[in-house]
Amino acid sequence: MTIWTYLTGILVALVILVTVVQMMRHGRLRERHAIWWLVGGVVILIITIFPATLGFMARLLGVAVPINLSLFLAVGVLALLALQHSSEITSHEKKLRVLTEEVALLKQRLETIESAADSPERTGSSVRTTGAKKPNRRT
Amino acid sequence: MGSSLQPTLIVIPAFNEEESIGAVLDEVRRHLPDTDIVVVSDGSSDGTASIVRQSGFRVVELPLNLGVGGAMRTGFKFALRNGYRSVVQLDADGQHDPTMVPRLVTELSQADIVIGSRFAGSGDYKVRGPRKWAMGFLSWSLSKICHTPLTDTTSGFKALNLRALNVFENNYPAEYLGDTVEALVIAARAKLVVREIPVTMRKRLAGQPSHNGLRSMIQLARALMALFFGLMRPIDTTRGM
Repeated sequence: MTIWTYLTGILVALVILVTVVQMMRHGRLRERHAIWWLVGGVVILIITIFPATLGFMARLLGVAVPINLSLFLAVGVLALLALQHSSEITSHEKKLRVLTEEVALLKQRLETIESAADSPERTGSSVRTTGAKKPNRRT
Repeated sequence: MGSSLQPTLIVIPAFNEEESIGAVLDEVRRHLPDTDIVVVSDGSSDGTASIVRQSGFRVVELPLNLGVGGAMRTGFKFALRNGYRSVVQLDADGQHDPTMVPRLVTELSQADIVIGSRFAGSGDYKVRGPRKWAMGFLSWSLSKICHTPLTDTTSGFKALNLRALNVFENNYPAEYLGDTVEALVIAARAKLVVREIPVTMRKRLAGQPSHNGLRSMIQLARALMALFFGLMRPIDTTRGM
């Protein structure tokens, strides 16, 4: 490993960390999502500064080729992230569906109330807009 | 018609049905002058909602397309919030005969969900090939799950009573076939009584039948998935959220 590849590795790790922190500062990344990227960035930084740590951990875990350990960990973290995102999309879709339903129902209620308020012959009577017995035809 | 103690609401889910919705509403008004109707426009981008308003009926306009299941759930919420005690789902494409509605509602005294079946004897609706096998398998398995003979599990012509509405209000699947196949599984899990009565189905006034040829194989796969996911749900989600 030349000094240049060594420095390039550190530079990449720093770019990742700075990008994540900048995004957090500007509110484009919430802490709960940023944590994985921060952990990943710090791990990459440690490994690039002290490449021996990767070899040490690989020996400790019985992995013959150290780089395989890093690839395995990277795939694992990314897979977990993808799963977390799928799960959050699902919960967002559910929330969106509920909000869509509520907006539509409120809009309909508003229309009913407005049309009852607009027609002069109804102003005397109580504005019962949600009663089931109310006829649904205005004509 | 249903007694005044149990007011019934007809919910018509409609997604871009401007060609047929007017005729369907006219027909319902002619045959069922005393029944309340609400149309749920499922994110329609055409004139569906304005046609409904011009006809003098109420319309709930979803700003996004949620699918039939989402539209029906909105209809269920509307019904419960406005004091109705039962709902009949009627399609906007003119396939369902409104004169059958009173029969579905009457049958609600025996069951929580009544399905109008195309295959249970009345009318001459026929399907062939893979679609027939798919529907046959679904009918067989759902009959077992619901403890009642069912011949048309994907029928959209249904009546639901208050008990069923409470189960489905927050919990009606919006996925493809979720509103039919998966909903029946949820109903069985929630110990709702399901019954089927024969109805006549007619040709659609507009639009294409949703499935033919290769599509039926895809439909079979998706129906199996809907069945599978219905059975996978933990029991407690069938009691509302």
